[in-house]
Amino acid sequence: MTTTPRQVHLAAHFPGVNNTTVWNDPLQRSQIDFAAFEHFASTAERGRFDYLFLAEGLRLREHKGRIHELDVVGRPNTLAVLAALAAVTHHIGLVGTLSATFNEPYELARQLATLDHLSNGRAGWNVVTSSDAFHGANFRRGGYLDHGDRYSRASEFVSVAKELWDSWSPDAVVADRASGRFLADDAIEPFAHHGPQFDVAGRFNVPRSPQRYPVIVQAGDSADGRDFAADHAEVIFSRHSVFEEAQQFYRDVKGRLAGRGRTEDSLKILPAVTFALGDTEAEAAERAREDALAQVGPKTAITVLEQVWGVDLSDRDPDGPLPEFDPDPEASITKGWAPRYPNAVQVARAWRARSEAEGLSIRELVIAVTGRQSFVGTPASVARELDRYVQERATDGFVIVGTTSPHGLDEFVERVIPELQERGVYRTEYEEGATLRRTLGLPEPTQIAEEVRRVG
Amino acid sequence: MTRRTTIAVALDGAGWHPAAWRDPSARPTELFSTGYWIDLARTAERAGVDFLTIEDALGLQSAAFGAADDRTDEVRGRLDALLIASFIAPTTTRIGLVPTVTTTHTEPFHVATGLQTLDFASRGRAGWRVQVSGAAHEARHFGRRTLAPLDLEAVRRGDSALLRELFDEARDAVEVVRRLWDGWEDDAIIRDAATARFVDRDKLHYADFEGAQFSVKGPSITPRSPQGQPLVTALAHQTIPYELAATSADLVFVTPHDDSQARSILDEVRNAELRVGRTGRPLSVLADVVVLLEATPELATAALERLDAEHGAPATSDALIFAGTPEALVERIGAWTDAGYDGVRLRPARLTRDLEQLAEWVLPAFDRADAPGATLRERLGFERPANRYAVEETAA
Ligand SMILES: Cc1cc2nc3c(=O)[nH]c(=O)nc-3n(C[C@H](O)[C@H](O)[C@H](O)COP(=O)(O)O)c2cc1C
Repeated sequence: MTTTPRQVHLAAHFPGVNNTTVWNDPLQRSQIDFAAFEHFASTAERGRFDYLFLAEGLRLREHKGRIHELDVVGRPNTLAVLAALAAVTHHIGLVGTLSATFNEPYELARQLATLDHLSNGRAGWNVVTSSDAFHGANFRRGGYLDHGDRYSRASEFVSVAKELWDSWSPDAVVADRASGRFLADDAIEPFAHHGPQFDVAGRFNVPRSPQRYPVIVQAGDSADGRDFAADHAEVIFSRHSVFEEAQQFYRDVKGRLAGRGRTEDSLKILPAVTFALGDTEAEAAERAREDALAQVGPKTAITVLEQVWGVDLSDRDPDGPLPEFDPDPEASITKGWAPRYPNAVQVARAWRARSEAEGLSIRELVIAVTGRQSFVGTPASVARELDRYVQERATDGFVIVGTTSPHGLDEFVERVIPELQERGVYRTEYEEGATLRRTLGLPEPTQIAEEVRRVG
Repeated sequence: MTRRTTIAVALDGAGWHPAAWRDPSARPTELFSTGYWIDLARTAERAGVDFLTIEDALGLQSAAFGAADDRTDEVRGRLDALLIASFIAPTTTRIGLVPTVTTTHTEPFHVATGLQTLDFASRGRAGWRVQVSGAAHEARHFGRRTLAPLDLEAVRRGDSALLRELFDEARDAVEVVRRLWDGWEDDAIIRDAATARFVDRDKLHYADFEGAQFSVKGPSITPRSPQGQPLVTALAHQTIPYELAATSADLVFVTPHDDSQARSILDEVRNAELRVGRTGRPLSVLADVVVLLEATPELATAALERLDAEHGAPATSDALIFAGTPEALVERIGAWTDAGYDGVRLRPARLTRDLEQLAEWVLPAFDRADAPGATLRERLGFERPANRYAVEETAA
């Protein structure tokens, strides 16, 4: 008996503003000129990627009270650059990270509906919830939201947005010259929502878009985050790329779906992964090592250490041993990074133990613990490994993170994609006119709202 | 030497006449499709139009001033103007793109980065039409503040407290947006391998803005864009908006209905500049006019009457409604530029047809030479502004 193997879904992560992106590589170009985005998008589309993905950070990162200088920094407004990319691409999905905390539903819903119209149904929204006062300082309300309320706001936000997206009937615009009727009767259902986060009412002003809703993506990791994903998300951008851990995460999250009347296929899980390729395994390993050294220079190694220890360690030798003292659990000298080390004392002790056991210097230790080289090998072996993850339900695919902008994806597209296609687990062509939701193999949004309209 | 006449075209729905969508030339089922917008932008660009404005609002269009209506016989619904402009940007090469972005309920931080990104995507052709939202129903879409219904009499007298509050906020919004645009000096990105620094933080500057409606720390997450400061524009009809334009904008749209108004409005704009102590380049002033063009005056009048009949009443507008021949419009524009105006913003009554008429019969009457690859500022003869923070340092 032959069965079609599970298909691999791929997203292309535009190189971020962090030390994954190696800015002193000879291939590195401007990360902000539009040409960079055009090149990256056309490469991803040539590689038949499901979607292009942009992260977001709404304030420049600070370390020890000053703006962090060591990493690539400076990025565009997510919605505006995706709208521009809609004009120069034809098939690839356009997914932006946008905060549910520092936006309001009416405005963001109309921007996302607009993006969906402009791209003929290729829009996606990665709903994030960072809510601290540091980011809040750039916005009207400041740091108004308790950390504990971040997902109740996000959940209510998405519900309100869906109400807005549903409020125009699919055939609202009749534009009948003879009768002088532009809108059908009851074309626009008024909305009214009174909840703890939003108290809004009125009428939405964007007609229903091709996908009806953008594809909803989620990237939080807490229990609340996973519940939010099970309620709303169609894709999870996950952190879990180590095989067993990924399988566990996959089971956990997919296990939450049945209770909500959702099928396993209605939510795709794609972890962020990097890669290093070579003609031989040894050559690939050597390149991974070079990348890691470029990503974790001596100053970056000290910065990472300071993030855990919470104190200035600039007098330490990056090629020397880790500090012998424990971190100050209260101290925090870094702002704008996702909280990566919630239990600093424990982390520090584990790192020290490892450095002593393996004889690692500060820099070597930081490379070992922050290294992101998830897939290292020949194009064929990397493709085989990616395929295994998907067949064995550790993931439904991957968010591929290149290390240079904008050429970081070129090699993957030229060398790994053909191997995946050869294996019969990856598309060789886009389906003409497919929406992002269809490209991802996701079901259409339920018709519940439609039925409510008819009954109501 | 004669001054170059600035010619802008205002895009909105099917056109500025409420019955425009019923004209045989209209494409009313395509108003939310990309092909429609690209065709309009390319037609205007080929004709040598300097820039496009795109209307927007945080609520449905309405025939009632400052309130919602339930009409189904006029165009309702709009796509987000900044995103339409961003979409048009890579499909054009010369025309300026000036979306309307509201200051009342939006986040100045997002507004700043959005316009910077439009400037990058268009390679220096971005502008901003600043607009306030005074409508109570739009405020309810956000549920964060309650706006009293606009007192029309007070608005007419020019002493509406609400208007004052909204325009003060708009002034603050433009100020913070301009600070954010300057937050990165042009050479802030250094990629200095010797010190392992990508950026020089001494060339990054906090906005540190504190105002009545918001505080914004900064800097922008987006580096300084090609024009440094995208062109800021505003439409103004009376004292409070004239003062906003004089304080905050580079260019103002006004609505004279005849020659004597043209003179008095220009005087008011210049007086507003004096009152607010404007320094540097005076405002560029463009006259707004709704245009409907046909080969003879009779045909133009008949076309307007037909639209009015379909609408059920003569169309009204804040701007002069000009229904006539292309030659007469060229003369009309000449009269304004003779009076000291920098040019016009033409609002096509029937977008598709009148834009084509403009392209074929009106634009050729004006000198449209432009340097390839020019920014919008360069095209209109504006300098690229120095960075306020870099200037401070040099002065210190
Ligand atoms: C893989 C991954 C990528 C993320 N990317 C972003 C991002 O680009 N911008 C952002 O503001 N937050 C980002 N986040 C943060 C999360 O969206 C979320 O707001 C945060 O992790 C808090 O939620 P949690 O407690 O459920 O993890 C990311 C998180 C993960 C796991």
